Amino acid sequence: MADKVNFELVSPERLLVSDQYDMVVIPGGDGDFGVLPQHAPLISTIRPGVIDIHDGGRITHQVFVDGGFAEVLPDRCTVLAQEAVMVGDIDRGAAEERLRQAELDARDAESEGERARALARVEVAKAMIEATGRAH
Amino acid sequence: MANLKALRIRINSVRSTRKITSAMKMVAAAKLRRAQETAEAARPYAERMSRMMGSLAKALEGRADAPALLAGTGKDDVHLVVIVTSDRGLCGSFNVGVARAARLKIAELRAAGKEVKILCVGRKGRDMLRRDYGKSVIDTVTGVEKGLGFNTAADIATTISDLYAAGEFDVCWVVYNRFKSVMSQVVTWQQLIPFSFEDTDESAADDLGGAVYIFEPDETEILEYLLPQNMGVQIFRSLLESQASEHAARMTAMDSATRNAGDMMDRLNTLYNRTRQAAITTEITEIVSGAEAL
Repeated sequence: MADKVNFELVSPERLLVSDQYDMVVIPGGDGDFGVLPQHAPLISTIRPGVIDIHDGGRITHQVFVDGGFAEVLPDRCTVLAQEAVMVGDIDRGAAEERLRQAELDARDAESEGERARALARVEVAKAMIEATGRAH
Repeated sequence: MANLKALRIRINSVRSTRKITSAMKMVAAAKLRRAQETAEAARPYAERMSRMMGSLAKALEGRADAPALLAGTGKDDVHLVVIVTSDRGLCGSFNVGVARAARLKIAELRAAGKEVKILCVGRKGRDMLRRDYGKSVIDTVTGVEKGLGFNTAADIATTISDLYAAGEFDVCWVVYNRFKSVMSQVVTWQQLIPFSFEDTDESAADDLGGAVYIFEPDETEILEYLLPQNMGVQIFRSLLESQASEHAARMTAMDSATRNAGDMMDRLNTLYNRTRQAAITTEITEIVSGAEAL
């Protein structure tokens, strides 16, 4: 029981992943961190990037998330993300289109808040494109 | 006989109305099932979110530097009321109930000298409140039910946050129909801003056996991300509840409409047969008395 992490990945619309793995590497707001069993309790923000799920000595899944939060407890790890896709399922063309659109929106933004949101979308799209290059 | 013909037309029209209402009932039943599934699927996220909010609340207890979304502006002069209704009617007292509750609340707030602003979600609510409070309605969001996803809720949350940041209001309420069962939907009020921790799950923090979370980057910064996100979740939940309620209400309303149409058809049929019989009897009497007179 104690040698695996219960990992859950949840989006507002559904529960995406819920299983036991050896280790999960999460792109935290202050840098990547790996979660092994018996990890200290932690709550962290997540920046747009790829979650690597390790099992049996190799990476079994790679999931792209657009940001969110991670809650870590000694026996489990929960990630809340708005959007999550398997890295292999990312459509590079669509991601590039998103980047273009977000950059346009950032340029034409009329208010501070709008610009900040568009810039956040630029970051997400950039991380998404980068993720396609990392696929194993 | 003109009377007979009129009756026949009437019966036909009732019959086709019954067909429509029973079809609407079945459609509503199918949509209700889907709405319930969506609501079910959205639950894990909301649960985890509230657990995290609970842990944070514990860590932040009594701190003065809480973000504005949590602490409020320190005033309660301007209230924003978000009214969640449907775009379409024919669903019993679904929209009327929300509109009535909203009216009462608005009257109460105004009597207390507060200013009230209204944000309508759904066309029906706007139509019902436009006449009395047209000037207070600042925005209307329609077309929510088509492919309801978290993005819809996130957009509404963004609109509300922007208004809040611009100092347009101090307190935000949302009113919607909570889905209790197919037969009963309850009009529910919830305070969005300032956010209250009342219904978050604080017991989660106790599971740790006294251990304390590490926060990265730190509590306030996480809370700044978490609060808008949480508002999106709350709105998403109210939209889902409202949608399930709408279909349930429509199903019930259409069920009784179908039954009513059936009863009416029975009555009209009896009347029709009786009138026809009376006409036949009259004719026979005429013929017989005509023959006798010869």
